Formats: sequence, C-alpha cells, structure tokens
Amino acid sequence: MLEKLTPGTELDGFVIGERIHSGAQGVIIGVASPDAEYALIMKVPRVGQGESSESLLSFETEAMILPALSGPHVPRFVAVGDLARTPYLVTEWVEGESLEYWLDGGRLPAVEVARVGAAIADALHSVHLQHTIHLDLKPENVILKRDGTAVLIDFGLAHHAHYPDLLAEEERFAAGSAPYISPEQVLDDRSDSRSDIFSLGVVLYEMATGEMPFGMPETMKGMRDRLWRDPVPPRSIAKGMAPWLQEIILRCLETRADDRYQSAAYVAFDLRNPEQVVLTERATKLESASLFEQVRRWWNSHDHLPITRRRPLVPATEAPMVMVAVDTSHPNDQRHPALQRATSRILSLSGEFRLICVSVIRAAPLVEGSGGTATASGLHLEHLVRLRHWVEPLGLPAQRLSLHVIESANPADTLLEFARRNNVNIIVLGAPGPKEHTLAWWRSVASSVTAGAHCSVYVVRVPTVRSGAGVIDEDAAAYPPAQFGW
Amino acid sequence: MIIALLSDIHANLQALDTCLRHAHDNGAVRYAFLGDLVGYGSDVQAVVDVVSRYAAAGAVVVKGNHDEAIDRRAGYMNESAQEAINWARKMLDGEAKVFLAGLPLCVREDKLCFVHASASFPERWDYIDSKTAASESIEAAERVYTFSGHVHDQMLYFQTGMDKIGAFKPVPGTAIPVGSHRRWLALVGSVGQPRDGNPAAAYAMFDTTREQITFYRIPYNHHAAALNIREAGLSEMLAYRVQKGI
Repeated sequence: MLEKLTPGTELDGFVIGERIHSGAQGVIIGVASPDAEYALIMKVPRVGQGESSESLLSFETEAMILPALSGPHVPRFVAVGDLARTPYLVTEWVEGESLEYWLDGGRLPAVEVARVGAAIADALHSVHLQHTIHLDLKPENVILKRDGTAVLIDFGLAHHAHYPDLLAEEERFAAGSAPYISPEQVLDDRSDSRSDIFSLGVVLYEMATGEMPFGMPETMKGMRDRLWRDPVPPRSIAKGMAPWLQEIILRCLETRADDRYQSAAYVAFDLRNPEQVVLTERATKLESASLFEQVRRWWNSHDHLPITRRRPLVPATEAPMVMVAVDTSHPNDQRHPALQRATSRILSLSGEFRLICVSVIRAAPLVEGSGGTATASGLHLEHLVRLRHWVEPLGLPAQRLSLHVIESANPADTLLEFARRNNVNIIVLGAPGPKEHTLAWWRSVASSVTAGAHCSVYVVRVPTVRSGAGVIDEDAAAYPPAQFGW
Repeated sequence: MIIALLSDIHANLQALDTCLRHAHDNGAVRYAFLGDLVGYGSDVQAVVDVVSRYAAAGAVVVKGNHDEAIDRRAGYMNESAQEAINWARKMLDGEAKVFLAGLPLCVREDKLCFVHASASFPERWDYIDSKTAASESIEAAERVYTFSGHVHDQMLYFQTGMDKIGAFKPVPGTAIPVGSHRRWLALVGSVGQPRDGNPAAAYAMFDTTREQITFYRIPYNHHAAALNIREAGLSEMLAYRVQKGI
C-alpha cells in the first residue's frame, strides 16, 4: 500500500502530500483535506510479508485509543482507515518543536527544566485523567508548542483502561524505549500510571544533566539494572544544581512506584513551586547507594520483587489536589472552623491528597512616607503566618501542604486561575455568611468560583440558627463534590 | 446493523423487558438469545412466549443447559436449580416445550457464531472460564466473532498478534472497537441472574458495520423479580440471589 501513496494521489478524500518521516514502524505523510481547518498528517504502518506484527499492533493500539482522547495535550484524531484493507491514521499535525531537537543532547538551566517539565507533567496528567497511560514518554514523543504547553504524540504503546490491551500478551516488545521505561514495564506490567512518572523523571534527568540515568541499555539484563541500581545523583553531574530539582527528579525515579509522586499533577506543582518542595535526603546526596545496599536490592530484585505485584491502574483523580481558599483578612470570621472541618474531612479520605492553601489579599495601599515595598512584603508575610496558623490544626506533613498568599483585586478570578494552573480537583471555600454586608466582596467570590470552576467546588456554609429550631448541621448545607458520594 | 445479545435470562421477565426496551431504544434491529431462557426464575412461560415471538420475527435463539433440562433430566444441577426446572416443567405449555426442545446448540452466520457455552463440544456445557477454554471455543467456532453466555460475568477474549489470547473485563457503556482482522469471543453476561454483586441486568450489543461491541448493565426492578420467585414458592436462595446479584 505504501508504494501507492505518491504525492498528488488521493485516499478516502485525503490528498497525499510529502513524506515527513520514514521509519521501521511505518511512514508519516502530510495530507490535505478540503474539510480540515488545520494541517494533517497520515500515519501508515508497514504491513505485509516480511514486516513484523509490531508495527501493526502499535498502529491498532493507537487507532483505538486516540479517538477516545481529547484536550490540548494530544493530537486531534481525524480518521482511521480499515485495518484489513487500507490501514492509516489521520491526525492533526501539531505545530511546534520536538523536545528531542530542542534538547539536542545539551543541558538546560533549572528554570527551563522546571518550565518544560511542568508542561510535560500537565500533558501526562490530562492523559491520565482520561484513563490512559502513555508508556512511551521520551523527548521524541513530546512536542513543545509556542504557547509553552506540551503535546504527547505516538500512543502506539499506550494503555487505556476501558479498552482491551492488545500489547499485554506481547512480552517481546510491549516494553517501550529502553532508556526511559519504568521498572514495572521491564517486568511487563502495563497498568500503572506511575510508570509515566518514572519516564518523566528520566526526561527531567536528561534535560538537567545531558546524560541518561540508566544509560542506553541494549539487553534485557541492562534494562533490569534499574530494578536495583539507583542513578548517579544529578547534582554530581551538573554541579550547582538546585537541591529541589534533584529532589523532584530522584523522587520520580524511585524504583518502587509507591515511593514516587502518585500523580503527574504533583510533579507539575512542585516544578512550578520550587520553594514549596520539601527536601529529603534525596535532595542533597552526591553518591548512589552503597555497594552493600545495591547488592541487597539486587538480591531482592531476583527474590520477591516487591515492585512486581500487579495493581490496577491508579486513576489520577485518586491522588487529588485540594485547594482551600482562606480569608486571612478576617481571621476571626466564624466560618473558619467550619472550613477547617470540611477540609480535614476531605483530606481524611486518602493519605495521598495534597492541600494548597490560598489567601487572596488586596494589594497593600501605598501610604505616603511608609516605605511602600517594605509594607507590602510585611503584609504578605503577616498573611502567610496567619495561613500557617489556620492550617496547623489539620496536622498535615509538610510534603502534602503548600501555602500561597496572592495579591489581587479580583479574588474569584485569581482563585480560578490558580486552581486551573495547578490541576486542582476540588476547591473548598466558604459560602457567604449571615453578616455578609461586612464582607461584601466575598459573597461574589463563592458564587463566581462555583460558576467558573473547572473542577468540583465544595461550598461550606456556617451553621445558622433558626428561631425555634436547633442549629442546622453545617454538613446539610454544604455541597459535597459528587465524586465522593457523600 | 446492531445486534442485541441476550443470554441467561433465567425466566426473569422484568429484566428481559428492560433490556429489550433499552436495546430497541439504542438502535438494535436484530436479536440473539444465547440460551438459558428458563431455570432459577419464575416467569418461565412469559419469557419463552416473548423469545419465541422474537424467533418468529427472525431472531437467533440457541439452547442452554437449563432449556435442555426441561425434557432431559440433568444430573449435575444443584437442588434449588433442579427444583426450579421441575417447577418450570409443570408451568410450561406444550408449545413452549416444543420450542425449547427444538432449539439448536449453535448457530453460525457469516462471520458470527452464537453458542450458549463453548463452540467446542457445545453439548458438554463447558464454561469459558480461562484463556485456554476461550481459545478452544474460538478455534472450534471458525468465525471472527463468537458470542456466548453460560458464564454469568461479562468478558471479552481476543486473539493477539502472536495467536495468544487476551482477556478484558469490559467497562459498561464503552463502545470497544473489535476489528474483524482478529478473532473475538464475547461473554455477554446474564440478563436474569447476574452474579458479580451488582443486581443490574447484563447484556451486550454488537454493531456489525462499525465493528464495535458495547457491554451494558441495566438496572431494573430486581426486588419485584425476587418477589415473583418467592410468590411462586421457589427456593428463597434463588430470590435472594436475584435481589443481591450474587
């Protein structure tokens, strides 16, 4: 079929253009269609005598999964040809630069690693929310768009929880790209979304150091090394690397999936908020584990293999980001205890939830002769202290918590934008209280946030006293997010 | 063309009616009943009447082991199942018995094979409970698509590139692409007596044009169905199972 696809010919209404790429798996051709509002490409697998079944299975997998995906982080699906007669897949041609060319073997400054890494983590999170694991994350499968976002391409090795996994039985090649794949993938487990987080760690390592954490293994034995060997700490390669970046990279690269970040949204958040990253011994170490430790792990990796136990796909929504809006401008407001209880109850549902506390304050008025800047930062600090005081009773460990004071004249828009940018799953905030005339601006915040949010919003109402009746339970008045089934 | 695939109705009229209405509303133009019209439940005559009407209009109907047991005593059934069969034998009229006795074990049409249990020796009523059993049935069916029941849980088996068998537990309501370049075996679940802890009726629809199969779980008034079994004087265990979906 490939030889028939010469420029100018037509296939099912698509006018064949130039070949963009030709590889072992197949070819990619630019195509035109009168209906298309954007540039298109056609992927055609190599099939027939002498070709491996690999390209066809990958093709079939992508043709099954891509139509089910949507959003700005995947190429738009256009059409698929009959697999038995004329297999082809037409998708949007993503305008941008491949991370592979962009990197070009070099080393990037921490700020760039964080920016690009967070964009990739956002893309992974979006795909994970759609029940899909990419399983082949590497620079050549990441397109960086001009607006700073990332698009993931090539879902030929992906796994979708709602579709049969055609590759699961094919131990021979279901693995992915040797330098990037997770320990689970080495052991043929294709059902864990945290595999993508490991691969993201490899990409971050590569961007930050210019080297590969596990080299370029060509044998199965070489690939198994990552079951027990830990990578050379990036800070010993890239001298002067910030400890927070090493902390993030090495946490992504943990052998046991349970020890990694549990959600790509958490990686994105940490990369965007380096000052909030809790540093552990990972952050500062300059050497790999001792020989004794590595031998112990090597022995374990052959023995009971703690990471091999099969587990279901962890939906990204089960490791959510909870954002609570705290009005630190009114510390004595009677709604605070109710808001604390509601937040605490949501967090008690899982040990994985992260809490982002946000206080939006009005910009400090510039009082003549008071030294503007000093006052502003003093005010900022004061609210940060109040925010910490507010959250302390919840007893959260530092790594599950972050605090943000933002100056803005428009709290609702600021909260919504902050929630969206940080992949927040639930926003918790107070409903307008009975003495609302004193807090007039807050009234509109609850309603605007509820109306404009991209996620669930839990509006906490303070008990009100009715004449002749008891106190109304605050629970009955709160709107629980549907996904918790309260 | 969309074909509704209904199996293991087990004399549960409420469940059958609900599924047939759902199938019709979702574009089904053909119907295939994959056996075990009777047994366990109390609406024996009514269910056989409905299915024979569909058969007269061109529906595929194959025989299940409970249907066979009406005129041929089955030694392997447990006490409550046997009791329900004995009761059904008394309740069914002559025409219904003739209809059940005349059902084929297996029907092959073009790319499709319909069989209650395994297409490999359908009369042995072997359960498709492993990849090996699925593989044997797919081979014996000699068709691209094999649709079966007998096992009350929904499952989709498929041949992979290396002629191995994959097994997939379907997510209800998701249209799964099932290309005709490989072979598939779908266990469509039980309309009348689901056993996975969810009392909702199970069935599936196959779209021959788009080559997609969708498995469904349809809630129906299972408390009423359980009440019917109790009122018929059948074993309390059978009513309880329908009520709880176990």
